[in-house]
Amino acid sequence: MKIRHSTSSGQDKIELEMTPMIDIVFQLLIFFIMTFKIVSMEGDFNIKMPQASPSTVQQIEPDFPPMSLNLTADQDGMIARIQLNNDPMPSFPDVNRRIIELIGPPTPGSDGEANAEMELKFDFNLRYEYVIGAITAVSGYKDGQGNVIKLIEKIRFNTPESPEE
Amino acid sequence: MRLAGKKKTEVHEGDLTPMIDMTFQLIAFFMVLINFTQSEQDQRVQLPDSSLARPAEKPLDHPIIIHIAEDGEAIYSGQKVPIADLGPHLQKEIYALEFSGDGQESATIVLRAHRHCQAGRVQEVIQKCQEMGFENFALRATENVQSTKYLTQPN
Repeated sequence: MKIRHSTSSGQDKIELEMTPMIDIVFQLLIFFIMTFKIVSMEGDFNIKMPQASPSTVQQIEPDFPPMSLNLTADQDGMIARIQLNNDPMPSFPDVNRRIIELIGPPTPGSDGEANAEMELKFDFNLRYEYVIGAITAVSGYKDGQGNVIKLIEKIRFNTPESPEE
Repeated sequence: MRLAGKKKTEVHEGDLTPMIDMTFQLIAFFMVLINFTQSEQDQRVQLPDSSLARPAEKPLDHPIIIHIAEDGEAIYSGQKVPIADLGPHLQKEIYALEFSGDGQESATIVLRAHRHCQAGRVQEVIQKCQEMGFENFALRATENVQSTKYLTQPN
């Protein structure tokens, strides 16, 4: 009996069909490219603000006298005046510097300045970015190495009156 | 003279391996970078930036996200809601918290307010939430490590 070889080389070559795989891979690639969006990281300022109820609130004697930061807005909602404890301040970095002078950096082993308290008063129409700026200025600062040193964590808001009322 | 006889038709197969390698690498790159937390975000809200706003070290237990648009209206679950009408929506959240055995004190209201919205509107939302018994708030801002516009320069 004569055995017949199918190819001249004597070996069958099995070829994988690449087309479906490449189709799917490109579809996946297009999906990821279309849904890709560069977003900047977000962070939070955590504020604990229970509703005022004098009977349940424990009065803790603060280590520092109560401080207040008044933000006055102009008609467009831009910042017009900054006052820290009724002292005018030219800018938020000056507020930050003044609070560092008042409170000072936390000493090693202490619980920081957790007991210092700041009341934030602002006009109703003030732009929210200035409120975040004020919170940034009072809540901490950066040392030379870029580490965040906390200053005031207890921040209270006033109740601005709505112009519609 | 001898002419060239039958021409062999050769099939030139391109080498697909480098292309497939590169394509898989691109897919892996985009898969790793895809951000599913975008569901928390809303295109109508442009957050203020702060150099001290750092991402939370651990996820919040019961975050309730309320956006505040530039015009001062609240956005809850993708729908614009007047601040005065937030009560029923927050009540649903309270029912869900009670169902899971928690109370309002375990939830955190995440406020994502537009940078140019009136700060009084944010305070109105906070007051509304306080009336419903919530006491933990997180004011969200974009992390901008390079910015020093609110801080004194380090020595």
